[in-house]
Amino acid sequence: MSDATAGAAPGHKKASAAKAAEKPGPMVDAEGRPLKESLNRSLRLQKMRALMLIAPLLIFVLLTFIAPIADMLFRSVQNGIVSETLPRTTHRLADWDATTGDLPDEAVYEGLYYDLFIAAERKLHTRLGSRLNYEMTGMSSLFRQSGRSLDDIGDVYFDQFKDLDPNWDEAMPWAELLGDPEWIAEMQAWDEDSGETMPTFELADGISDLLPLTAETYSAFADYVQSEDGDSPLQEEPWVLVHTALYQDLMAKDVSGYNGPQAAMLKAADAAVGGFESVTFKDGMEGVDGDWLDHPTWETIQMYSPEFTNGYFLNAVDMQKTPDGPAMRDDDQRIYGLLFKRTMFMSLMITGSCILLGYPIAWLLSNVRVRTANLLLILVLLPFWTSLLVRTSAWKVMLQQQGVINDVLVWLGLIADDSRLVMINNQFGTIVAMTHILLPFMILPLYSVMQTIPPTYLRAAKSLGATNWTAFWRVYFPQSVPGIGAGSILVFILSIGYYITPEIVGGTTGTFISNRIAYHISSSLNWGLAAALGTILLALVLGLYYAYDKIVGIDNVKLG
Amino acid sequence: MTDMAKQDAFVAFERVQKSYDGETLVVKDLNLSMPKGEFLTMLGPSGSGKTTCLMMLAGFETATHGAIKLDGVSINDISPHKRGIGMVFQNYALFPHMTVAENLSFPLEVRKMGKSDREAKIKRALDMVQMGNFAGRRPTQLSGGQQQRIALARALVFEPELVLMDEPLGALDKQLRETLQFEITRLAHDLGITVVYVTHDQTEALTMSDRVAVFDDGRIQQLAPPDELYEKPQNSFVAQFIGENNALDGTVQEVRGNRCTVRLESGDVIDALPVNVSKPGDKTRVSIRPERVEFNPELGPDAHTLEAEVLEFVYMGDVFRTRLRVAGRDDFVVKTRNRADQVRLRPGEKVKIGWLPEDCRALDAT
Repeated sequence: MSDATAGAAPGHKKASAAKAAEKPGPMVDAEGRPLKESLNRSLRLQKMRALMLIAPLLIFVLLTFIAPIADMLFRSVQNGIVSETLPRTTHRLADWDATTGDLPDEAVYEGLYYDLFIAAERKLHTRLGSRLNYEMTGMSSLFRQSGRSLDDIGDVYFDQFKDLDPNWDEAMPWAELLGDPEWIAEMQAWDEDSGETMPTFELADGISDLLPLTAETYSAFADYVQSEDGDSPLQEEPWVLVHTALYQDLMAKDVSGYNGPQAAMLKAADAAVGGFESVTFKDGMEGVDGDWLDHPTWETIQMYSPEFTNGYFLNAVDMQKTPDGPAMRDDDQRIYGLLFKRTMFMSLMITGSCILLGYPIAWLLSNVRVRTANLLLILVLLPFWTSLLVRTSAWKVMLQQQGVINDVLVWLGLIADDSRLVMINNQFGTIVAMTHILLPFMILPLYSVMQTIPPTYLRAAKSLGATNWTAFWRVYFPQSVPGIGAGSILVFILSIGYYITPEIVGGTTGTFISNRIAYHISSSLNWGLAAALGTILLALVLGLYYAYDKIVGIDNVKLG
Repeated sequence: MTDMAKQDAFVAFERVQKSYDGETLVVKDLNLSMPKGEFLTMLGPSGSGKTTCLMMLAGFETATHGAIKLDGVSINDISPHKRGIGMVFQNYALFPHMTVAENLSFPLEVRKMGKSDREAKIKRALDMVQMGNFAGRRPTQLSGGQQQRIALARALVFEPELVLMDEPLGALDKQLRETLQFEITRLAHDLGITVVYVTHDQTEALTMSDRVAVFDDGRIQQLAPPDELYEKPQNSFVAQFIGENNALDGTVQEVRGNRCTVRLESGDVIDALPVNVSKPGDKTRVSIRPERVEFNPELGPDAHTLEAEVLEFVYMGDVFRTRLRVAGRDDFVVKTRNRADQVRLRPGEKVKIGWLPEDCRALDAT
């Protein structure tokens, strides 16, 4: 700022202050509208134009980047699968007190039977099995096994109904009993080849009051047959689940007042069910799989009943849910804390070595002639033009026990042939390779900051009596800190989420948390846990960014 | 220069040469000695070697040949931070990450001075440049003029005996420059420090300095006090570089003691003072200051006058500036004081001009 403008500014301020004193209240424009408002109006077009210019990128980023990430992060707490697949069970299980040591009551088993039957028909039970298997091993096979032998319970009633009247094993009488006559007429008129959609199943009036369970299960059946198989419920015999439901309805309700279709068949059954052989659902489920009488099975299902869970996050920090609240896992099962710590430690090491190696180079770059600097800069950027995989593999060749460096050391006699150094598939290898790969991200911001520091500062410091070191440390270095900050943030954030290099050269001790996330995404398919780990990683980075802002100040970061 | 004077010299350049590329000399055989307390300005066009000389004195450039002495001791091999020379840079070079007080404290800290001493000195230095209230500010919060005052205070705070200034006022506007010129000279005299000041602004050089060294082509063309430099330039370059000057080319016709006659290229003959000419036939360029020319002069009976035609008359307030066609050139300028009886010429008028022979210096032909 020159003195002229410095002199002008206070005068200007004084003038406007005087004006404000004349006219209290908000400033107005020539037509008496508030000045702010007319300023906004005049700038609106400009803002709109700016928005239009960035709109394509904004939409692209929103759709392809932000939205999927948000969805992924949401998965870390999402747990709807349990209550969606087992709605009755989870509802009834809510009141169960796991700490008493008693198994849930019959109503829960009843719900489980209904839920599981429908889920098995819809082939959803294995998905739930694998979900719960993350929390308790054996769940996956329990659900798969149960899906197969669940018919055993219903068959008890099915056989007895069929023995009573073979019509109970026919499709049409069931449809007439439960379906709306109009719907049956439409259904019969419907031509499969016409291309029109099938008329959606509708229950007969009053039937869901009379036979609530039967109506509900038959609806589920009809819906499934229509939507999944594309068949007509008029031609399909219902599931044995419906027979079970009918048995329960007839035992509980009085159907003597019913006079709709198939009333005779229903009333005959009503008269007979009293003498039917029956089985409790609890016993039935025990017959399906003994694990259903295991207390921990129910604990797990109850713990993961809510639609949202902190289970993934607890898992991601080596904890688990117990009936008594969250608790640490056993020492030998803890893995993520170690991985997070290792990731942080190694990222810091990589950032540190990048500073140590990059600072002198950046200094050199900014202090040689432009032509030489450009040549050196090309050498710095050269790795960018080489495939990441090639560079990482090259390090594998260099560092392995029969590799170039070991060979040279043996040849020089510095190490014995039988005690070659282990430099790959461990932390050392990962740090070396990643330092090399991320070095340009340190050098470039450093260089761009150092370029703006005029050499006169060093001269001035020396003329004031500072030695070379003092001049550097007290005058040059503080001014290059923004470059170090920018480079460190870049390198640290890049390395904390790095995947390929640790995967290739990391072995078992040099892998990062990102490798574990990738494993859960692509191998174990535990996306919820992967999302939780990713969320923690993101929070960690944001936290560090915040801390950096508080300590150094983000204004001090210069990226170019 | 006598041996005595050389021994007394506080700053001395002895046969100093400097080359950057090993092919051309930027500084050619520089000899210069300054007594203590002198304010010496190195003046010259850019590329004349003046800044290089300053940098060699500060220690940021090494002399290719010759010795630079400070207080009789050669400082060629002493690194800059041990020379104890204060320096003010053109772009101020205030450390942006330090406050004003920290900037001033820096030279004292590296000298391991105690805290209370430092504070006292900083306060005194800031008061000296009337910036006492700005100790806590950052350089970026100051205007250019304020920054330069701080830079000055920083160069003086550790009480160096020699202060170098490299075009310190170059980036400031005219009014501020004049104020600071005055302040710098006042401070230099009050503190009794020796100052080497580099500038390409001749007004600055003339108003501030005890002596001015005019640089051109790697050499000192003339080293003299301002009045001598202006009134008695030793060669055509200095005459042309310092102040406004009328130059006429011609050949020496006759030399008689401290008078000579010169025949101009137009055939006119004029009287002059022989400075760089010795015998008839020498090519010369004569130099006459615009304010020493008289219209219709009443000189001696044998004095020569020239015919001139008025081309332009400019009213400049305190003076009139008249441009004339003289001896075939139309860039001849005459300045006359604005007096009540002063004649105001109109373009197209014919007039006779003349001057005292001692005001017309016959210099080297370039």
